Amino acid sequence: MRPVAVVAIGKTAFGAFPDRDLRSLAVEAGRKCLEDGRITPAQVEAFFLGNFAGPSFVGQNHLAPYVASGLDIEGVPATRVEAACASGGSAFFHAFSAVAAGLYDLVLVVGVEKMTSQPTPKVTEILASAGDLAGEVKAGATFPALFAMIARRHMYQYGTRREDLAAVAVKNHANGAKNPYAHMRKVITLEQALAGKPVADPLSVYDCSMISDGAAAVLLAPLERASAFTDKPVRVLGIAQTSDRVALDEKPDITTFPAIRKAAEKAYRMAGVGPADIEFAEVHDCFTIAEIIATEDLGFVRPGEGGPYCSQGCTARDGAKPVNASGGLKAKGHPVGATGAGQICDVVAQIRGQAGELQLERHSLGLAQNLGGSGATGVVTILSAV
Amino acid sequence: MRDPAAALSPGVVYTETVVYSAPEAYVNDAPYQIAIVTLDQGPRVTARILGERVSIGDRVSFAEYRQGVPYFRKRAD
Repeated sequence: MRPVAVVAIGKTAFGAFPDRDLRSLAVEAGRKCLEDGRITPAQVEAFFLGNFAGPSFVGQNHLAPYVASGLDIEGVPATRVEAACASGGSAFFHAFSAVAAGLYDLVLVVGVEKMTSQPTPKVTEILASAGDLAGEVKAGATFPALFAMIARRHMYQYGTRREDLAAVAVKNHANGAKNPYAHMRKVITLEQALAGKPVADPLSVYDCSMISDGAAAVLLAPLERASAFTDKPVRVLGIAQTSDRVALDEKPDITTFPAIRKAAEKAYRMAGVGPADIEFAEVHDCFTIAEIIATEDLGFVRPGEGGPYCSQGCTARDGAKPVNASGGLKAKGHPVGATGAGQICDVVAQIRGQAGELQLERHSLGLAQNLGGSGATGVVTILSAV
Repeated sequence: MRDPAAALSPGVVYTETVVYSAPEAYVNDAPYQIAIVTLDQGPRVTARILGERVSIGDRVSFAEYRQGVPYFRKRAD
């Protein structure tokens, strides 16, 4: 296996864009990425598209060549990867695998989702199709409901407080307010977060990521060729994707995501680093409880300690281990298929020192964690300066 | 696989939530409570709760199936 680098990134703003369709968003992110890497579409040797539910949200299938041809990329393998909310991270994982194996040199990943053309109950229904339709979904579980049940159990087992969940929202909104690409650029107070409209008890609107449109793109190349495309290559030091059960009621303990634990273990081993070495992380806060559990599953703290870890400020911009300095899914928005690729873009921008107002002080070793559904797919990526 | 028509044993609430923002098919039911119930028989099921709201640790008994969905209610004892 040869060393692989991220040599270019590009993304659209995340938000509600009634005048933009799926393809134009994906093409915008892809073009920006190719420009960033100073390469032409003809140089791209393979294309991976991360997309969760384009066929349901906008009715379009055969999406990978559809987007690739919009970028003038033709005559190469163009493949759509679907892994629920981890579609973007999984597409990146497969692109990495192909470059590491020596199949291709230049591989482009685009993640995209166009969600806001559907009314909220329909979006809720489409998102729920990432759960077990024959069981939990049929009984009336939505994604907020699944994570609400996870939150309830975490609170019961570990004493996690409602205020700990709210602290995640307050922190991520504060971070997102500085992010020009974020869907929601609004600072909120703890009182506001606690008084939000209920979605699924104990989660309110402030505990849930937003329904958004958007796209993000990443270009991968062998490390030995990276300097041809960028002055600041970022190495993929460790990466792993793992799977777990889809139905929540089949998991022995719903307060942890084994797919993330296993992916993290493998990624740390591959990278030769441990949780304590990671300087900052972008984690999958589709709901506030998910960020709390992510900090536990990634080994930043022990099981049950994720709530106080955030409430005490350890994961703030100026804390010991900044988590979601970008604003996270909570504030940036969560265009499902774009999210994983967007996280890689955010970590790469930090490592390059090009994160603008979001720039962190310590930024040479970062981690991205992308979760699919209620935990059936986990992707963990560790990125470092070269 | 359990027989989808068979009555279920009583059980204990493993976790629960009240859903306010419902999917399209259940908009008229909201707000409604769902729970993951650990059956005395062993496995867990995701169920709807009838009547009084339940909390983690509450004993619940099987009431009926409606369109394949198990409904439970809080036990009096």
